[in-house]
Amino acid sequence: MNSIVKHWAAVTVIALSVGCQSKSQPSADSVAAAATLDKGGSGAKPSASGAQYFPLQSYRVGPYAAGGTGFFGGFIDYMQLVNLRDGGVNGVKLTWSECETEYEVERGVECYERLKKGLDGAPPAAFNPLSVGIAYALIDRATVDKNPIITINHGRTDSTDGRVFPYIFPLQLNPYSEVSAITNYIGQREGGLDKLAGKKIVALYHGSPYGKETIPVLDILAKKYGFEIHHIEVPHPGNEQQSQWLEIRRIQPSWVILRGWGVMNPVAIKSAAKIGFPVDHLIGNIWSNSEEDVAPAGAAGKGYLSITTHPAGRDFPVLKDIDKYVLSAGKGNMQDPKRVGSVYYNLGVINGILNVEAVRTAQAKFGKKPLTGQEVRWGFENLNIDDARLKELGAFGLLQQIKLSCEDHEGGGRIRFQQWDGEKWVVVSDWISADRALLRPIIEQSAAKYATEKGIKIRDCAAEAAGTAPAP
Amino acid sequence: MFYREAGVYGPSYAFDLRILRLREDRVALGALLVLAFAVVPFVGTDYWFSAVLVPFLVLALAGIGLNLLTGYAGQLSIGSAAFMAVGAFASYNLTLRIPGLPLLASFALGGVFAALTGVVFGLPSLRIKGFYLCVSTLAAQFFVEWTFTKFSWFSNDNASGVITAPPLVILGHDFGTPSGRYVLTLSIVAVLTLIAKNLVRSRVGRSFMAIRDMDTAAAVIGIPIFRTKLLAFATSSFYCGVAGALWAFAYLGTVEPHGFDLNRSFQILFIIIIGGMGSIAGAFLGAAFIVLLPLLMDNVATAFFAGVIDPGNLENVQKIVFGGLIIFFLIKEPDGLVRLFLIARQKVRLWPLSN
Amino acid sequence: MQFFAEVLVGGLLAGIMYSMVAIGFVLIYKASGVFNFAQGSMVLFAALTFVSIVEKGVGFWSSLAIALAAMLVLAVLVERFVLRALVNRPPITLFMATLGLSYVIQGVAEMLWGSQVHGLDLGIDDVPVYVAGISISRFDLFAAGTATVLVAVLALVFDRTRLGIALRAVADDPLAALGVGIHLERIWAAVWAAAGAVGLVAGLLWGARLGVQFSLSLVVLKALPVLIIGGFSSITGTIVGGLLVGASEKLAEVYVGSHFGGGIENWFPYVFALAFLLVRPTGLFGEQAVERV
Repeated sequence: MNSIVKHWAAVTVIALSVGCQSKSQPSADSVAAAATLDKGGSGAKPSASGAQYFPLQSYRVGPYAAGGTGFFGGFIDYMQLVNLRDGGVNGVKLTWSECETEYEVERGVECYERLKKGLDGAPPAAFNPLSVGIAYALIDRATVDKNPIITINHGRTDSTDGRVFPYIFPLQLNPYSEVSAITNYIGQREGGLDKLAGKKIVALYHGSPYGKETIPVLDILAKKYGFEIHHIEVPHPGNEQQSQWLEIRRIQPSWVILRGWGVMNPVAIKSAAKIGFPVDHLIGNIWSNSEEDVAPAGAAGKGYLSITTHPAGRDFPVLKDIDKYVLSAGKGNMQDPKRVGSVYYNLGVINGILNVEAVRTAQAKFGKKPLTGQEVRWGFENLNIDDARLKELGAFGLLQQIKLSCEDHEGGGRIRFQQWDGEKWVVVSDWISADRALLRPIIEQSAAKYATEKGIKIRDCAAEAAGTAPAP
Repeated sequence: MFYREAGVYGPSYAFDLRILRLREDRVALGALLVLAFAVVPFVGTDYWFSAVLVPFLVLALAGIGLNLLTGYAGQLSIGSAAFMAVGAFASYNLTLRIPGLPLLASFALGGVFAALTGVVFGLPSLRIKGFYLCVSTLAAQFFVEWTFTKFSWFSNDNASGVITAPPLVILGHDFGTPSGRYVLTLSIVAVLTLIAKNLVRSRVGRSFMAIRDMDTAAAVIGIPIFRTKLLAFATSSFYCGVAGALWAFAYLGTVEPHGFDLNRSFQILFIIIIGGMGSIAGAFLGAAFIVLLPLLMDNVATAFFAGVIDPGNLENVQKIVFGGLIIFFLIKEPDGLVRLFLIARQKVRLWPLSN
Repeated sequence: MQFFAEVLVGGLLAGIMYSMVAIGFVLIYKASGVFNFAQGSMVLFAALTFVSIVEKGVGFWSSLAIALAAMLVLAVLVERFVLRALVNRPPITLFMATLGLSYVIQGVAEMLWGSQVHGLDLGIDDVPVYVAGISISRFDLFAAGTATVLVAVLALVFDRTRLGIALRAVADDPLAALGVGIHLERIWAAVWAAAGAVGLVAGLLWGARLGVQFSLSLVVLKALPVLIIGGFSSITGTIVGGLLVGASEKLAEVYVGSHFGGGIENWFPYVFALAFLLVRPTGLFGEQAVERV
């Protein structure tokens, strides 16, 4: 008798759980209700109606959690600042909700599908997945659904060409620009780009699509400036790099460019020290440039160079404001307050600034109300932040000038170099630009290939600006 | 009372050989199919199609594939995601390089390529038995992942090695909408399930089970062991290959090799263990568990606990609950959910009597 | 030639690091017949516990003791709630249970100690040591020394102590061991605790190399070929297997992999293990499976 009851109970539970699923899906009401119960951790959010919604496909657990918690923490803190200090964007408050992806593509897709309807009537402005894999999976859907996907400092390089990818924005820096700017810096350190001829450079890359993205451009640059480039792959996840670094020692390059991710970074730095390669000739790219990447390497990391689109540190007016209005009020998102001002945190703040400025730009055209994704897209495409505006935002020196257009969804392409002194990052160079004129034809060619493959009609930017063609 | 078991006499062998003997069972299945094909496409939302139903169906198909190999033929395999990857990339390349190839043909041929790969990595099964055999499929897992990442030919020389799926058009009809993808996936899965069900009831299926139970005895009575094992690998990989192609084309719309990594293989292994090894329906139940449970937990968590617990910890709690539930199921019902279902059905059949 | 020697020595030493993780598997497999996939999570949990306590200001040896105690508690809990309930089940069920267990342990580890990346400094400067012109990593030598000590300690325990003999008895024939009066549950808890301790040592060594973070649990993927070559139930086997896997993997990466552009390290050990198994289907030192009809 007992076992019968148990078996029935089990089946009923399963049936109910499957059935209940239909009731608990796009549960905007329940999430909003929970939002108003919010305390501490994510701060008090305003009620959703009449607000602009930012869905957050965040990752706070798993192998890349350190980056995710920093980035999304900074993003949320900035949005909190806009709400508390300015009362929202022209009176329209910002609201958000998080959906954990653990950096996995199908979870990112599920989060997108779940959140794209908005939050209790607040329409989504843009999606910021901070993941190349998820961004790729969303390209088609987002274009059909008319939601912008922001891939700051990363993403699909050819999505820089907005004529083929109207809804994808690799803001500030795409992978090609990274590599080109690094080459320019190396040239600078060697005394001029012409001095690069005959030198040996190794590109140590992560064995994944992200890692391989820049191989063709490095080959082109090598041919142009006459240096010898060796590409060495580190299989994911990069726990063991012994043989790769022995190979590097055999090649005896002058510089090693590290295109790493996650655990590969500290292991690379340690392995470099192990075989005696000077760590101050190891240059990390944009995803090998955080405190979390170099700290586990301990003493070996001192002198390690990396690129950055923004300095670390809390010494900027906007960060001081976050301190004053958000952190002191106990509404900060970071569990460890020491991480405020770290590279990832500041990237999140910058991402917040760019998203909010895009909304503001769009509001100037479409009205001071919650905007749809299509309208925010226009805002991104016409984003123009110059030095004067940067000073107003309190981000001068933190964020570079950025100007997007229909053809150019990147807008920046400039980096600075920082060096690890054992405790923190110190900026050691001025702004260095990528050779965008060299890269543009390659990008356009790749985008055109994608357009033919998918049957996409390339936008006519001039016609759209004149009003003779409809906006996407 | 709901079932009429007594008095069901078969006038012919064909009657007795039917998959579902009782009329009530056939009616129930018919109702389910009518619901799935005719009602859900009009009633369901985008979210349900794109994020719940399609992955459920695709994973169930992969589960059927793995079940054929591990559940019915007893050859442990932890590389099913590799065969999915082969199917996905093969279908993509065929569609890309052979203009005018019908979509279904490219899925089928993708499955064939996956089957060939399965046969290659199944060759060691003659020498190696039991748990050690998993090394062969693990080697497949890592080797296939490496091959597709390394050789950009497979991804049409896309610098980042990620492929985007071509449009889904069959006979002029575009299946690219969420409900279209659902119907396409459902049709393919339904047909392949029927084939699998008949396969396991046939002589081939019985020889699989003989090998699983005791392959020395099977050899003694004259079953060709090596050929049968390879056939098991081939059919299983075919199913996984088609599932992989559907995953890429109908679900995500994009494929990167890391999407078919070891975690995916473990996920499919979970599906058949929780659903029930050696059972076709078990693959569906297991896939439902694996797909729906995390979503259910996520929705419950966001609805009730979003304000109280920080999102990262929420995720950790879900992981613990998920792992705990797996252990719980393994303790309580090692034969899987399908056993629970069969026991329940048996109760219904006997009601109001009890056994 | 010098380069070849460097790669070879580096590979051998890396292999010893893999064996450290594999020893934990062997201990549990020998005594309870369970292939413990949760070993990776146990390594992560042990290392995270240690590092978090050290960061709070507790001394090295005290933190070590606390971490060991934590692993003991974990072992007892696992035995009580998982192993006891799954007695006599087929090995695949137990394997899946350990997979579920690995999720639970990961979740608990991240919940308790957070998902931060921690550096771990064991006080050894990783500058190269030059022997006969070949540069050898000082840290790797230290790891090899630790592994030797660990294996020696385990050998002593198995040979000379009552607990060790009881472990061997249970590994040989659980029913007979029961008949002689050995408490199976206590032995299982003991062996899981021992595996936890070994995991702690492995976690410290690997954590010093990579930093203590989530990816630490992925080192278990390198331990599997070691186990397969060495046999699941032999500690000598793991050392030999580790040396073989480490050396072959690094040499192949450098000499064979360069033709393909590298990156073959992930699958080469498995293919190597596969080739090995074709010759010896139960590994070098594994128990020969006897089949009866």
